[in-house]
Amino acid sequence: MSVQVESLSKKWENFSIRNVNLKIGDGEYFVILGSTGAGKTLLLELIAGFHKPDSGRIIIDDTDVTVLPPEKRGIGFVPQEYVLFPHMTVAENVEFGLKMQNFAKAEREKIVKETLEFMNLSSLRNRLPMTLSGGEQQKTALARALVIKPKILLLDEPLSALDINTQKRMRNELKRIHKELKITTIHVTHNQVEAFILADRLAVMKNGTIVQVGTPEEVFHKPKDDFIARFVGFENLFEGKIVENRNGIARIDIGGIIIEAVTEKTGECIIGVRPDDIIISKSLFKSSMRNMLKGKITEFVDMGSLVSLTVNVDNTVFTALITRRSFLEMTLTKGSEVFLLFKASAVHVI
Amino acid sequence: MSEGWLKEKSPFIIASAFLGFLMLIFLLLPIINTVAISTDKLGSAIMSFETREAIFTSFYAAFLATLFTFIFGVPLAYILARYKFPGKNIIDASIDLPILIPHDAAGIALLLLFGSNTLIGSGFSKIGISFFRTLFGIVLAMAFVSSPFMIRSAEEAFKSVNPAMEKVARSLGASKFKAFRHVTFPLAFRGILTGCLLTWARSISEFGAVIILANVPITAPVQLYYVFTEQGLSAAVAITALLIIMTVAIFIVIKLITAKPFKPVY
Repeated sequence: MSVQVESLSKKWENFSIRNVNLKIGDGEYFVILGSTGAGKTLLLELIAGFHKPDSGRIIIDDTDVTVLPPEKRGIGFVPQEYVLFPHMTVAENVEFGLKMQNFAKAEREKIVKETLEFMNLSSLRNRLPMTLSGGEQQKTALARALVIKPKILLLDEPLSALDINTQKRMRNELKRIHKELKITTIHVTHNQVEAFILADRLAVMKNGTIVQVGTPEEVFHKPKDDFIARFVGFENLFEGKIVENRNGIARIDIGGIIIEAVTEKTGECIIGVRPDDIIISKSLFKSSMRNMLKGKITEFVDMGSLVSLTVNVDNTVFTALITRRSFLEMTLTKGSEVFLLFKASAVHVI
Repeated sequence: MSEGWLKEKSPFIIASAFLGFLMLIFLLLPIINTVAISTDKLGSAIMSFETREAIFTSFYAAFLATLFTFIFGVPLAYILARYKFPGKNIIDASIDLPILIPHDAAGIALLLLFGSNTLIGSGFSKIGISFFRTLFGIVLAMAFVSSPFMIRSAEEAFKSVNPAMEKVARSLGASKFKAFRHVTFPLAFRGILTGCLLTWARSISEFGAVIILANVPITAPVQLYYVFTEQGLSAAVAITALLIIMTVAIFIVIKLITAKPFKPVY
């Protein structure tokens, strides 16, 4: 089932969305990514039908549902923190939608049994929600939404309340469910890793508007502006001027330092380089990398398996990542002189 | 709560404990004293037909008043808990008015609106309902003064239920009413039940509005008043003790039902 959002606007308490346009294809896993307050949940709840838009339309499977109440839209909704019904067992929670849609008792029991097996929840069927772990609650909330065979599945920050290991497991579970059921899914999150791993396509939202739509590859490696670049992890963002462009290779002056990048652009620009695209070396070596800068480490942060380095290159500060092993083998420390090497193709020009 | 608060020997804690003890004495001593000096007269109070009749009238009218405030008050409580609208602050503040105004003044106000010679009163008379000096009047007076207890308890109970639960229920195919019936109401039930019990208890003890609007049939507090004014203090002691014992029993029931902490259902 496809979903279309046309020129949607809504003001609601402290949140607003303005002129949002989206097209989500049948069976697509679509992620809406944005920071807190961007309007992601409001957009999701408008699609669900919990609020009436001030203007615009919502079309699900070629039917205009803008004025339809939630119970008539054929949606499955998993809110933040799951919101299981505390006075019902796992099985009763899952059964609820079927009961509301007047399924016969025998059929309800059969479908609930199959759904619990599909979600590996059979052993928990008689438990109350307060006795479940975060992951178990999340799976129950998903089962409850899926049992009614919704046209589209709406997930509001489904993994945010989970610890990192459970998040990983549940991400895989979401991928499995999507692959097997092929259900159109709209997933809202502020977590870039979640978005990158799960999305077929994603939209970045800022201050109530959509600022970029594309595949994870497009958004994460070719962000349209510096806000998106910062949001998706570009830490090395510099204003510059393209001083020369020959055969698609531009030389960009970022305040006395020349960076080479692959671009057809000219004039003023902003460039970004991901910290993980920079190679650290204690000496120069022959390489295809066009950018080789010498600097001094001013700060480092041990993040476990990786170390984040802050390197001063002629009063311009770069952030780079290096494995902990390499950091120790090279005996790097504050004050160490290093070379930063990165490809022209790793430089994103906005 | 700190278990060793008494061991702290802080002057502030000691002073608070002492003042609190005096307050408890002030609250409990009149009640304990009344019951203690009347134990031998309780039997005759229970055997008195008029007393039994008055207690039954109080209980029955209080039950009807509770039913009335439940039917009309719970929906109002739900709207107040869930929705914003113009004038909400004024409506919200006015719900507590029956508690603030003197109850005999409330009785006069009800008489001016529902008395036999009024527009509304005569309208109801045409369908056989009269409020002056009837059971209907007692129920009306009780409902008026005790409705804030029902409305506020129900409102807090509904507020404690996460609105997202209704959204989820609707996404699963439930209409607004079904979402209320299957999710919100069951989760708010204990708070609403507390409201019912408080309303019922408050109604039983209502005197001021009842004696103005409907001093007959005689309720227990009105009976007590008549016995005191006509026969004196010693005659009124037994009925007083009986009423206190019954009220305390209701209080214990309320406390037992509401003993479990009322946790918000989020």
